[in-house]
Amino acid sequence: MSILINKDTRVVTQGITGNTGEFHTTQCLDYAFGRDCFVAGVTPGKEGQDVQGVPVYNTVADAKAQQGVNASVIYVPPRFAAAAIDEAVDAELDLVICITEGIPVADMIKTRDRMRKMNSKTILVGPNCPGVITPDEIKIGIMPGYIHKKGNIGVVSRSGTLTYEAVHQLTQLGLGQSTCVGIGGDPVNGMKHIDVLKMFNDDPETEGVVMCGEIGGTDEEECAAWIKEHMTKPVAGFIAGVTAPPGKRMGHAGAIISGGQGTAQSKIDALQDAGVHVALNPSEMGSTLKAAMSS
Amino acid sequence: MNVHEYQGKEILRKYGVTTPRGIPCFSVEEAVAAAEELGGNVWVVKAQIHAGGRGKGGGVKVATSKELVREYADQILGMQLVTHQTGPEGKEVKRLYIEEGADIADELYVGALVDRETQKVVLMCSSEGGMDIETVAEETPEKIIKIYVDPSDGLDRAEAEDVCSKMGIPDEAVSEGADFLAGLYEAFVASDASLAEINPLVVTGDNRIIALDAKFNIDSNALYRQPEIVEYRDLDEEDANEIEASQWGLSYISLDGNIGCLVNGAGLAMATMDIIKLYGGEPANFLDVGGGANAEQVTEAFKIMLANPNVEGILVNIFGGIMQCDVIAEGIVTAANEVGMSVPLVVRLEGTNVAKGRKILDDSNVKLQTATTMADAAEKIAAAVKA
Repeated sequence: MSILINKDTRVVTQGITGNTGEFHTTQCLDYAFGRDCFVAGVTPGKEGQDVQGVPVYNTVADAKAQQGVNASVIYVPPRFAAAAIDEAVDAELDLVICITEGIPVADMIKTRDRMRKMNSKTILVGPNCPGVITPDEIKIGIMPGYIHKKGNIGVVSRSGTLTYEAVHQLTQLGLGQSTCVGIGGDPVNGMKHIDVLKMFNDDPETEGVVMCGEIGGTDEEECAAWIKEHMTKPVAGFIAGVTAPPGKRMGHAGAIISGGQGTAQSKIDALQDAGVHVALNPSEMGSTLKAAMSS
Repeated sequence: MNVHEYQGKEILRKYGVTTPRGIPCFSVEEAVAAAEELGGNVWVVKAQIHAGGRGKGGGVKVATSKELVREYADQILGMQLVTHQTGPEGKEVKRLYIEEGADIADELYVGALVDRETQKVVLMCSSEGGMDIETVAEETPEKIIKIYVDPSDGLDRAEAEDVCSKMGIPDEAVSEGADFLAGLYEAFVASDASLAEINPLVVTGDNRIIALDAKFNIDSNALYRQPEIVEYRDLDEEDANEIEASQWGLSYISLDGNIGCLVNGAGLAMATMDIIKLYGGEPANFLDVGGGANAEQVTEAFKIMLANPNVEGILVNIFGGIMQCDVIAEGIVTAANEVGMSVPLVVRLEGTNVAKGRKILDDSNVKLQTATTMADAAEKIAAAVKA
């Protein structure tokens, strides 16, 4: 097993005719069962075209009706991306993964409020995230597939390349991954660390978890509180931004220490208190997890 | 993006929030003329810089005559104003705001921001105006009342009135207080703000509610639909290197250390800063070249880092995903040759086409050390800078 996605997931790419959408869909088609999984694209007004053999529809609802998709990935430009999420939610897909970076926070507040008020069952990952991968089955997003290896470690992270670093370290140590989830660097988003940790805890194939956090917000602290009470599997953590100055946005819209909240130290303390094995050295994320697994 | 106090007040007035009358000025003569135009017999001369704590630093003065307006304007304009938010070097004051004096009976606080947990806008209201809200939150958290605003319904009138009462607004002014909160919320949403802070919010002797100060931060992602706010941008208030970097699509932030770092991805860039520190070095900057950097951007990134006189060494840390290591390696060689690398350079490449990338670096005439892991890279650059 795995979490969120596997080789039976059927995916529609929203924004498939754009350069980014086409490039990454091609990469995903070429990964493992990608040809079976990526079955539709959506770009309004371009129904009837195809991209790399994938048929294009005008709406997500059409793609669902014609191809039975249950997940979408979004590469739509920022000013239209929240509406693209709304459309996928309205089509009642199980999972929406939004890669787009730069969506106004006010748009995401409305989209999340809408999802709550309609009691949507759709799970949102992102925005501003690298996507989700279940190695040797399916890759939905922009991560380099080849660094991954099938196995039993779950990975969850707010960042892209830092996740690749963690995955690479695990693979080098012979520790494969069950599923890797990039939850994204925006302040208002879908899944949070805690939601992913709950799924990993329930997934029989996941035996340990690496979680990478960063400055900003209190998600890691809330996750730590949950881990302390409920997590049955070893967790290794890393928090980026110990040297980040307060009040400055460190690249990600959500990576900012404000009002004394969201410091790396507060997160490290909370995770350590919850029994998480925190690597203070980002070169040791993999080895810290390995040590935690054997302790 | 930050805006000045007087610009924040312009935003507030558009949504019916009362502020004292005032006029922005760029010279002493303009300041005196502004006092003339405003009339009355008390004026406040306020430094306009993008930092809080201006009053304590001597950047806000109350003048009881036009002679004093002239004297204070002369003192403040051009001064290096040091506050807890400017750093020890302070910031040069290039703009003033001349405002009519207010008859203050009580000072309160209200701030609007996005609450990440509930994913709603929250109004933080407190009877403790004029103080740092972080201090209030730490010492007397019970004095902060929060209103979480439903994104589709907007601010609830009854709740707003109730909170106004609780924060100490007199009964006869509660309705006006609720109007104030409604206007502030509307201004926050309409301007795509990420923070709108009124500290202090003032109850006057005749029970009017006015915003004595205004601090606005605007969501940079929404600037495309905020042309009027983009006009407010004051480049004098921003770091020249950060502006230069943003024009090249690079995310750059100046820090105090001596090791420049060039990284792809924000999380990895922070982790690289952290590991430099762990090995005894001090990062000179945060620099994220993004997911698809080309040779030109890498060259500009090197130029920006080398323009910082404190930089004594540079660490490049690239995890090639979609971005290929050989392309980056070529960019590094081109850039190093073009800018003339004057300090030690350590390059760590990993990921897609890493072998090709390392070969390009090894075969080049650029003086550099390669590293295999982040730890190896940090150790090498820290040692090179100490040597």
